[in-house]
Amino acid sequence: MPPAPVSSHPYRDVAIAAVYNTTQARRLEGHDSLSITIEAALGVLETAGVSAADVNGVGGERTADLVYLLGLGPSWVGGGMGGVPAVLAAASAIAAGECHTVLIACGGAGVYNDRVATAPWTRPANEFVLPFGMYTALEFALIARRHMAMYGTSSKHLAEVAATIRNNGHVNPEAVYYGRGPYTREDILASRIVADPFHLLDCSMTGEGGGAMLLTTADRATDLRLPPVYILGGGIDQMGPAYRYAPSWDLVGARQDYPNGYVGKRAAAQSFAMAGLGPSDVDVCEFYDPFSFEIIRQFEAFDFCRPGEGPDFVMEGRIGPGGQFPTTTDGGLLSYSHAGGTVQMLQRVMRGVQQLQGQCRTMQVDGAEVALCSNGGAGALFTNVILLGNGRP
Amino acid sequence: MTRLEAQTEGIPLPRMSNVSQPFWDGCRAGRLLYQRCQTCGHIVFEPALLCRWCTGRILQWEQSTGQGKVYSWTVAYRPQTDAFTTPYAPVIVDLDEGFQMLSNIIDCDTDDLAVGMRVQVDFREVGPMTLPYFRPA
Repeated sequence: MPPAPVSSHPYRDVAIAAVYNTTQARRLEGHDSLSITIEAALGVLETAGVSAADVNGVGGERTADLVYLLGLGPSWVGGGMGGVPAVLAAASAIAAGECHTVLIACGGAGVYNDRVATAPWTRPANEFVLPFGMYTALEFALIARRHMAMYGTSSKHLAEVAATIRNNGHVNPEAVYYGRGPYTREDILASRIVADPFHLLDCSMTGEGGGAMLLTTADRATDLRLPPVYILGGGIDQMGPAYRYAPSWDLVGARQDYPNGYVGKRAAAQSFAMAGLGPSDVDVCEFYDPFSFEIIRQFEAFDFCRPGEGPDFVMEGRIGPGGQFPTTTDGGLLSYSHAGGTVQMLQRVMRGVQQLQGQCRTMQVDGAEVALCSNGGAGALFTNVILLGNGRP
Repeated sequence: MTRLEAQTEGIPLPRMSNVSQPFWDGCRAGRLLYQRCQTCGHIVFEPALLCRWCTGRILQWEQSTGQGKVYSWTVAYRPQTDAFTTPYAPVIVDLDEGFQMLSNIIDCDTDDLAVGMRVQVDFREVGPMTLPYFRPA
């Protein structure tokens, strides 16, 4: 009798063992970015039940710092990218046998305290955008406006997204903006306009906090404290440097495959193909929400609906609690936390893990088996995607 | 409704590179310049060392009519820093020659901004620099 076929999935032997968020707040007194990162790192080790001595890889930001400070000795380190790329790089390194247990920890605190100008990480230094007063909200507004002109997307659609995600944060005691709502579409539309068409409440907030993830081999993960979560697929789509060139919906490369407006389409298609799944198999959408419109764009880019259908797709409760595709269930960048750097990118993946482990204090999606998580946005010329599941691929 | 004006001295200004110097020199002389690849004929903008359509290295400067239409627009009611006077209106312009550039619309009421609106380049001195703004044509 022939042996049972062994899966050839590239991440079959990799598991996410645990995730951990520090306290998130508007300001974490006494903390800076390094101290909150260390707190996140120690927290995830404790959550997983793994000691620092068992870690032999570090991904994300501050990789060399963490290797030294945690006394890890010679270790694999990733390329310094955060969020989805850090998770995929760590998974690839484990799959290739370069290391067996990888810590990803990041955080931001004490970076943005004056609040006089827009946050420093949102402002470009480039000569062709700087003198025209650009910052992140304006970059993303130029993307949203183009979609509005092409498809009749309106502020009402944007407000529906913002109200839905902010309400997820409103009920989440761990969210920086816990208890700030509840919000209706009218509340969003009544907030002042920051970067037309974005009202203040269409835009991500800024806060402080840390987050961390521990990846290990599927074998090791079976003995740890929490059920392992698996990487079913992933993809990285980059069109160029963020906030350096005009953020045009129609920007293309020489292959002219997908325009920047659908950046992430290739990454999502690759993720679904790797998993043998499609959008209808997704139970939770932990999408990156720097601005409300980005959620609409991602449903189109990831082929949940066709171009131009995104605005109607997000209405009628489809992305809310109990809907077909509960989206950004902790409150996201709009309400949960946005500490700058890359921690808020990792936190999208972390929330997907918590959903599949059944560990969410609020908005837990019952029986969730597949989560699609994303980072980036067309205003920043990149979108990365990771597809998670609680069944081993 | 608010009238959109050019910014005044004090905003952060472009720090030009060897590659972009001819562009900014052109602005000072009232000429909007772009590069054309001598290998494949595509326009390259912003100024670059190579053609992103064919990787060709021979790029020649040409002068734009400065005429085009609004591809996308926004209005900033919160400034990048307080060096900027609000409101101001970042736009991406489709130039008639077939390239896009980022700028601000001036001499226009915020209520009149629209995708497809015809615009014309309008060079304005801001401190020591000349910036290529656009106004309704």
